[in-house]
This record gives sequence, C-alpha cells and structure tokens, in this order.
Amino acid sequence: MKKTVLLYAFLFMAVFVAAPWIGPERVALHHVSDFLKGISSPEGNIFWLQRLPRVLLGLLSGGALAVVGAAFQVLFRNPLVEPFTLGVSGGASLGAFTAIAVPSLWIGWGPFSSLQLFAVTGAFLSLFLIYRLARRRGGVSVTTLLLAGVTISIICGGGILLLTYLAHPNALVIFQRWMMGGIDVIGYREMISLLPLLLPGLAMIGWHARALNHIALGEGMALGQGVDVPRVQRDIFIGGGLATASVVSLVGPIGFVGLIVPHAVRRLSGYDQRTVVIGSFCLGGSALAACDALARTLLAPTELPVGIITALVGGPIFIHLLIRRLGK
Amino acid sequence: MSDPVLVLRNISHRYEESGWSLHVPLLEIKKAEFVGIIGPNGAGKSTLLQIAAGVLRPDGGAVLLNGRSLSSTARKSAARTLGFLPQELTSSSDYSVEDIARMGRYPYLKGLGGLSGADENAVDRSLALTDLMDFRRRRLSQLSGGERKRAFLASVLAQEPEIMLLDEPTGALDIHRQVQFFRLLRELADGRMGIVVVTHDLNLASLFSDRLVLLSGGRPVRSGPPAEVLRSPVLAEVYGRGIFVGTHPQVNKPIVLPDQGGGAA
Repeated sequence: MKKTVLLYAFLFMAVFVAAPWIGPERVALHHVSDFLKGISSPEGNIFWLQRLPRVLLGLLSGGALAVVGAAFQVLFRNPLVEPFTLGVSGGASLGAFTAIAVPSLWIGWGPFSSLQLFAVTGAFLSLFLIYRLARRRGGVSVTTLLLAGVTISIICGGGILLLTYLAHPNALVIFQRWMMGGIDVIGYREMISLLPLLLPGLAMIGWHARALNHIALGEGMALGQGVDVPRVQRDIFIGGGLATASVVSLVGPIGFVGLIVPHAVRRLSGYDQRTVVIGSFCLGGSALAACDALARTLLAPTELPVGIITALVGGPIFIHLLIRRLGK
Repeated sequence: MSDPVLVLRNISHRYEESGWSLHVPLLEIKKAEFVGIIGPNGAGKSTLLQIAAGVLRPDGGAVLLNGRSLSSTARKSAARTLGFLPQELTSSSDYSVEDIARMGRYPYLKGLGGLSGADENAVDRSLALTDLMDFRRRRLSQLSGGERKRAFLASVLAQEPEIMLLDEPTGALDIHRQVQFFRLLRELADGRMGIVVVTHDLNLASLFSDRLVLLSGGRPVRSGPPAEVLRSPVLAEVYGRGIFVGTHPQVNKPIVLPDQGGGAA
C-alpha cells in the first residue's frame, strides 16, 4: 500500500517537472536558467511566469477536487458524489455570473478579483444555507445535506437562467467560457489567493482520514468505536466546502476530476482512506495539470478550456473502469 | 457481586413523528453477566441498546459508565469500556477482515500514529476468538453473511471492552452459526465480559442468558432469570396467545414453541 503512495508522489513530481516545458512556444534550457541569473527573455518569462504558476495551480486544484470527492463519497456513502454535488459550484457559478453580468458591481480586493470574490461569496452562501438546513441535534443529517445541496443547485440554476435571459450577449460569452473551467492564469497572485481557504480545508479532511474509514463501516459502528461522528461529518462538510469554493471561484467548475480520480485510486490501492486521500491529491493534481498541458497544445495557438479535456479524457477512462469492474 | 459497569436510570426517549416513547426506570449491567433483551417488534429493544451504547442520546435520564455520565465521557475513552455491534452491518468500502479488526483499536490510537505491537496482539486475539485467522486477508465481498458478522464482531472485540452490546447479531444466520455465535458470547461472559444481546430468538436467549429483560411498548415488563420471564402468562400478555412454553430436554431451561392450533391473532 505504501508502495503505491510513492508511485503517486513520483507521478506528481514528474508532471510538476515536465509540464512547464509543454506548450505552443518552445522553451530551451538556457532560457530557463538565464531567467534565474536575471537575464530576461520572452521564453524565460513564459516558463517562469506563465507555465509554472499554471502547472502549480493545476496540481493544487486537481488535487483538492479529488481529495474532496474522495471524502464526500465516503461521507455520503455514495460513489456518484463529487465536490460539486453539494451546491457549491451552483452558488459559485451564480456569484460569478452576477459579477460578469452586472459590471457596475465590480470590486477587487487584495489579490482577489471581483469575479473571484463574487464566486466565493456565492459558494459560501449556498454552503451556509445547506448547513443550516441539515443541522440537527448533535450534528448534521447527511441525507438532508445531500438533498439540500441538490436543491440549492437547482435554485442557483434557475438564477443563472434568469441572468442568461436578461444579460448582455457579451456577458453570456464570458460566463459560458468561465463555466467550461480553465486554469489560464498569469503569475502567482491567483494561486496564492487560493491558499488561505484551500489549505485549512484540505487539512480538515486529512486529519479525519482515519475516522472516514470507520464511517464507511456505518455510523453506529463508528460511534461505538469512539469516533466523534457528528464532528467528523461537520468538519468534512466545511473543509470540503472551503476547498471546493476556493478552487471553483478561481478555475470554474472543472468536472470529473473529483468524481473519477478517487475511484481510480481505490481500485489501484485499496480502501484505506489515508492512502486514498494522499493518492487522490497526487493523481488528481497530476491529471488536471496534464490535461491542461494538452489543453494548451492540442489546438495551438488556440487554447482549449481544460474542462472539455477532463470530460473527454476522463469519461472514457471511467467507462473503462466500469467495464473492467463488471467483467470481474 | 461487583458494582455495575453500565447503569441506565430513568431513561426516556420519544420519537416525535410517531409519538412512540421509551421509559426504562433502571437497567444495570455487570461484568461477567449475560443479559438478553427480548420483546416483540417495536418494543424498543434497539432504541434501548443504542441509548446504552451512547449512539442515541436519550431525552431524559442518565447513562452512567463506571459511575460517570456517558454523554460527558470522551468517546474514545467510552469505547475502551463499551463495545457496540449494530444491527445493520454494511460497509461501503470493501475492506479486508484484518483491516476491520484493526479499526477496533481506534480508541487506543493517538493522533495520526499507527498500531503498536500491543494493538496488533489484541487484533490477533480477536481474530482467533472469532475463528477468522485463516480469513484475515479476505475481503468483505468474499465472505458469507456469517463470516462478515464475525469480522465486525472481531473489530468490536479488538476494542477489548468490559461490556459488549449486540443488536440482533444472529439474524440471517443458520441455526448452527447462531448457536456457535451465542456460545462464543457465553464464553466471553464467562471470561468476565458483560454481554447484552438484543434478540428475537427466545430459545437462544433462554439457553445462554443469565438474565432476561422483556420489553413491550417501550416499557420493561419483566426482568429476571429465563425461568421467571419465559412463562406462558407473561408471554401471552406481550406476544398474544399461541405460544407454548416447555422445558429443554437436556437442560432445565424454558423453551418456547408455537402452540398447536393456538389462536395467535
């Protein structure tokens, strides 16, 4: 089991090292080293200021989405749950669209763009609402969480349709592009702005990874073995919500990574959630950064939104996993 | 006699939707004692057991574990004294038998650390007790219903509790496995562990328990040795007529059979 964790970590590092070299413009080794010596060149800038932050953002976002998906699938005892099932992306999308459709609301604060602030606010509002609805004596009702999440998603969908109907066509194009997901950032500002929400969120999930094993055995069993189930449920929901909100607000609702990566990890290295969490982070990050490398080269010089790649590449892989499972 | 480890006093619990309520004035469980909780469907057996296990918090009354309130005892610390095997045992992850048994050591672990040598020994003991040593690498999906039950039991045994609470552990097992399961529980009780079993099987309850608690409509109706509780008039009052109570031909314990042509309405 530990061997596979090393394998995941190796893959993660390999993508981290290789991906910045991939793109429409050729970058040579001396460009990269010259940049460190203070000699500026367009290629050096592309490597250090465009591709590297983009690769890092891909690794972080993909890793985070996969970890949240892995934790949520256990928490809700449902293999189809992904980070966006809980209405977080619905709220974020509605927030983002509001910022795009009503430019007079534009505000920027510190490293955060207006769109990002609105998306985060939307995500938090929906998280808060869902949590309030599902709260009960001594914890949260997991079933209500799921139902409330799906319902809030539908309501946000209604709001998005309303804005779509009323908004200026230019806003529609921008919004549609946002919905496809993309990690086309320039510089490190965005990535750093992600960390204050992302890291605590992931830490909360990592801390409870062992307890998640017990929750997979059922609530009664977990309680009997000394697991503080209500606290674990609350922390995973809040931590997962924080991480998802921060990722979605920056890169848009990139689908599939959070759904299939955890399944792949479980197939490869078993069900211990501690392995699954680490493996999902490494594999999810590698997958998204690799998909993004494809996104910027496939139709170069045109860039594809990475969400299209994850769906087109991830879908068949998922079907392959399913067929192999049925064949067994 | 030793002091009771687990005491339930003036317990009350009410389900808002149905208006059904449970009231239990006193239930005490000592070490080395085998207690069967019996009663018809909807009598409150599982609710009572869940309250005793701290899985369900009662509306009123006190659950005391070694004299301290269970609700104010840290969960991990409570799990070192009190084991609970729920009725529904379904895992969403396909763990191996060994994985499940090792999870029973959770109350003894600190932070993110792993299992110590002592923990592994406790796991081995629990696998040996449940006769699962040869199955330890098997996955849940490769086990029969009875083996799966034993795997979960091994996990609770690995907690090394003083009192173990089991909710219908032998449902869906064949008669041989049922007897085997109860015999193991009896051995554990003889080895100083307190055993509380909720069961529908009055005969197994009669043969293996020291004491029975008969519940009906959320109230304890009768409590005492099997010979005092399993009597025709008592059972007729709770289950309705149509139950014949005889004596086991090998041991002097009551057994319960359907009455020939009785009016079980």
